[in-house]
Amino acid sequence: MSLFLETLIGGVLAGTLYALVAIGFVLIYKASGVFNYAQGSLLLFGALTFVSLKETGVPIAAALAVTAGLLIVTAVAIERFLLRPLTNRGPLTLFMATLGLSYLVEGVAQGLMGSRVRALDLGIEDLPLFLGDIMISRFDLVAAGVAVVLVVALALLFHRTRIGIQLRGVADDTRAALSLGIDIHRIWQIVWAVAGLVGLVAGLLWGARQGVQFSLSLVVLKALPVLIIGGFTSIAGAIVGGIVVGAGESLAETYVGPFLGGGITSWFAYGLALAFLLVRPAGLLGERPIERV
Amino acid sequence: MAGLSSRSGAQPLPLVIAPGILVLAAVTALVLAVPFLASEYWVNAIIVPFLILALAGLGLNLLTGFAGQLSLGSGAFMMVGAYATYALQLRVPGLPLPVALLLAGLLAGAAGLLFGLPARRIKGFYLIVSTLAAQFFFEWLFLKVPWFYNGNPSATIALPHGLSVFGLSAENPHGRYWLTLGTVALLTLLSANLVRGQTGRTWTAVRDMDAAAAVVGVQTRSAKLQAFFVSSFVLGIAGALWAFCYLGSASVQSFGLARSYQILFIIILGGLGTIRGAFLGAAFVSLLPLILDWLFQHLLSGHVDEGLRQNIQKAIFGLLIIGFLIKEPEGLARLLACLFAGPSGGRPRRRNLRDLNQETKP
Amino acid sequence: MRRSLFAALLVGTVFGVGAPAAAAEVGQYIPLPTYRVGAYASSGELWWAGERDYFRYINEVEGGIDGIKLKVEEFETEWSPDRTVEVYERVKAGKDGSPLAFFFTHGTPASYALLDKAAADRIPLIDPAGGRTESVDGSVFPYAFPLLFSYYSQASTGINYIASKVGGLDKLKGLKIATVYHDSAYGRASQPAVDALAKRYGFENIQIPVADPGSEQSPQWRQVREVKPDWIFLRTWGVSTVVALKTAQRFGFPANRIIGDVWAGSESDVIPAGAAAIGYSALAPYPGGSDFEIHKRLKAAILDTGKSDLRDPKLFGAVNYNVGLVNAALAVEALRTGYRHFGARPLTGEEGRWAFEHLTIEPARLKQIGFDGLLQPIAITPTDHEGGGAARIQSWDGSRWVLQTDWIKADHALLKPLIEAGAKAYAREKGIVPRAAESAEAAAQ
Repeated sequence: MSLFLETLIGGVLAGTLYALVAIGFVLIYKASGVFNYAQGSLLLFGALTFVSLKETGVPIAAALAVTAGLLIVTAVAIERFLLRPLTNRGPLTLFMATLGLSYLVEGVAQGLMGSRVRALDLGIEDLPLFLGDIMISRFDLVAAGVAVVLVVALALLFHRTRIGIQLRGVADDTRAALSLGIDIHRIWQIVWAVAGLVGLVAGLLWGARQGVQFSLSLVVLKALPVLIIGGFTSIAGAIVGGIVVGAGESLAETYVGPFLGGGITSWFAYGLALAFLLVRPAGLLGERPIERV
Repeated sequence: MAGLSSRSGAQPLPLVIAPGILVLAAVTALVLAVPFLASEYWVNAIIVPFLILALAGLGLNLLTGFAGQLSLGSGAFMMVGAYATYALQLRVPGLPLPVALLLAGLLAGAAGLLFGLPARRIKGFYLIVSTLAAQFFFEWLFLKVPWFYNGNPSATIALPHGLSVFGLSAENPHGRYWLTLGTVALLTLLSANLVRGQTGRTWTAVRDMDAAAAVVGVQTRSAKLQAFFVSSFVLGIAGALWAFCYLGSASVQSFGLARSYQILFIIILGGLGTIRGAFLGAAFVSLLPLILDWLFQHLLSGHVDEGLRQNIQKAIFGLLIIGFLIKEPEGLARLLACLFAGPSGGRPRRRNLRDLNQETKP
Repeated sequence: MRRSLFAALLVGTVFGVGAPAAAAEVGQYIPLPTYRVGAYASSGELWWAGERDYFRYINEVEGGIDGIKLKVEEFETEWSPDRTVEVYERVKAGKDGSPLAFFFTHGTPASYALLDKAAADRIPLIDPAGGRTESVDGSVFPYAFPLLFSYYSQASTGINYIASKVGGLDKLKGLKIATVYHDSAYGRASQPAVDALAKRYGFENIQIPVADPGSEQSPQWRQVREVKPDWIFLRTWGVSTVVALKTAQRFGFPANRIIGDVWAGSESDVIPAGAAAIGYSALAPYPGGSDFEIHKRLKAAILDTGKSDLRDPKLFGAVNYNVGLVNAALAVEALRTGYRHFGARPLTGEEGRWAFEHLTIEPARLKQIGFDGLLQPIAITPTDHEGGGAARIQSWDGSRWVLQTDWIKADHALLKPLIEAGAKAYAREKGIVPRAAESAEAAAQ
């Protein structure tokens, strides 16, 4: 029983790290209808910039500020040179454009900053923490805390500020929002910038776990099933989806893996997502019904 | 924002006019002359992989360009084709190669059918989840079950005695070229016929106006599954050729996610929904690294740091994809058509393709 | 405008590729398929720096090998075997008057993909500490050279080291030794050897796979915690090593009971793991450190004159940099052997094979070229394409690798039958008649 509980809790906490990545996707999808494949590369770009600055001796606060500034500039540029010319195109075209964007960002980021692995120490000591028999990771607890704070902050942004309300307007009914004179381009820029910052937070946490390097951009592949399960349009859904994927993966590897020869985490999340697609295509908390035939 | 469009559906537009007889004759002559003109390097390292990639692009284009179903699992279906060919050649003694290829294609088609089943209920880019599931699942399966690679400790497959058919052996470059060329030409002809006929019209109807197609009596669900099957069939054969005609041996890594993206890029750049597109895109993808290499060597005379140079190439590739999607969504196929017809003589842009798989409005 | 530019580019390529470069003196052509982009670039970047720095040193300080300059050219592959095959096809005929004497594959999957092609073209494939293990048997694989340290030797050396820690091979009985491995051809390559060793010495062999890329490994290490192994042999690659070390710490498994293999033992693997990696040991056929004699020479001639390919001078002497140095030195010494035999001129593939099959580097020679302690003594023969089969053990103290032992030999008597059986099976499958050593000699004369 304690093995089961430990596996479950460990999985849930690891899942919040998936969720952190997925939130960035939800923001962009809500506002501009794009599944932004380049989110992973932007995450890498943010973390890489931060670490490179820190290595050259820039104080942490300044490094964070510069990185954030750079991400905002990037968001504006993406809106101006990618989203705007592609307005009115189908979601597939936009998706493929973000695939191209990910190549561009990776090439530029690694070309400028090199591809060496860098260590990132956030000062969170990752020693085991015991609750009776059950072992819990301190690092994952902190990460889960960060995810909660981030969700609360985003909720405040959406519900208590003018920009947030406009943003929700755009997400709910774009044409109505346009006719009310909302500047949709500005909203897009803001959302992409916020998503970039969320990506930076996720990138720093993942970077502290595995070092800042190219494979950081691959976490995007874990985010997709999370989104399908949680729903593309709900931030709370991203959290729930992350937890379901994290716990499911963990339990499956422990209890089912040995019978299949192990190493099933590579596809388990996708199998789970596929099952959800067939049973509940909008995801657990998604609002907008996805395209059904 | 996809829902912003006010355009209401697409008009049926004139079919693409086949390239003129002259062009066709020129291409045929060139193709037949290749082994005598090109060096062994060009045949082995550029032309054979180009032909196979074009075939794979064609396979994906049937599904994505014609039937409007996005797939990121091309690599998986190529993998099925390659491993099935290996299993058939290894375990069924005396099975002629063409039959093995055909059966492998059918097995890949069946795999495509299986992972295409969700298309009956969902559409748009949600389908990438299903196709990505195929990608990751087959990578795991073909690594995990020793039966598929005959227990070889490194999990790679290689045909015991090489491929050979009608006296053409894949052991030498000319044999490889003719074998690849013959297969690719045959499948291209069949595909061209397929998309010009009733099946193709059904697929484009599903792509352009799913709901309307259903209303006027098109069996959209079975049309989609059909597209998945045919596309994976072609991809499977392309995979077998890639493994045994080009690489010589293969592992799951030869058909990873990067391969799936590459095939997708080929049809984006070449032109979605055209037969020529796959060939043009594959040519572009094969030649681009050579072009960039040449440019770097001659313009900068090697004064750029190697690492930086490689990353610049990657960034340029990304830029080109974005650029094409923005400026020329019909890809090289249309660009070349315009080039030949002069600046003002291009055919009208086929509007429907610009909005591939646009969300249907309520 | 755009269209004509594009057309110009196309035309330029078609003709440009064929245009001969300015004819200079004929040097030995050495193409390098490299990966400076993509998931494995972090190891690659340093590796190529080491390789290129050493070749540069030979050219500029020693004036080439017996006067023959080395002409190095790089090709990006992103570690993809397919692209390595393309590079191979492109270079196999040689360049600017120099034939191709050998081909560095720079990756095990690429070695596999090229195995048959290279044998048909008679071009030796060089893949130190990698490649197909059975191809150590040169009588079946004349053109494959998995030099230095095969995957079986890695397993055996690791077990020998554990034995030395517990007080002898007889003390292994009843121990639990778990292998946590990257679930790929590379990760599985050592399994037959560990199996055989477990049967011989009576330890319990537990295999735990990690799916690629391995950025979340709690289930695996929870399993470790359940089984409570005495030692762990870590055979991961890239990011999965960092995550393994961090997760081990979290699950309370001590780092000094983890032995990593060659490709899990570089700075890129331990620095990002921070404190979790302190005390972790790894097999080192390529030890880290910049105190070896060759480093002093390189520093004076290449680094301090600004000619190095290394971006960050702090990483001078990093494990991956030294991998490059050692591999380049193996190639240089083999070419030297060949030039002495055939005369100082660029070698062909067949001559390259002869040169590698007669490559011997004795301790005295190691001292001369400045590789004492960095490279083990090497003796390749037509039947043994490994020629070394030993590694030192180094352990990470938080800032650098500290060498713990001298060269530890693998148990070749135990491994040889396994390798020969594998090679025989391959020969049967492919219809190859294993050559006798004497006929190999005759063929090259």
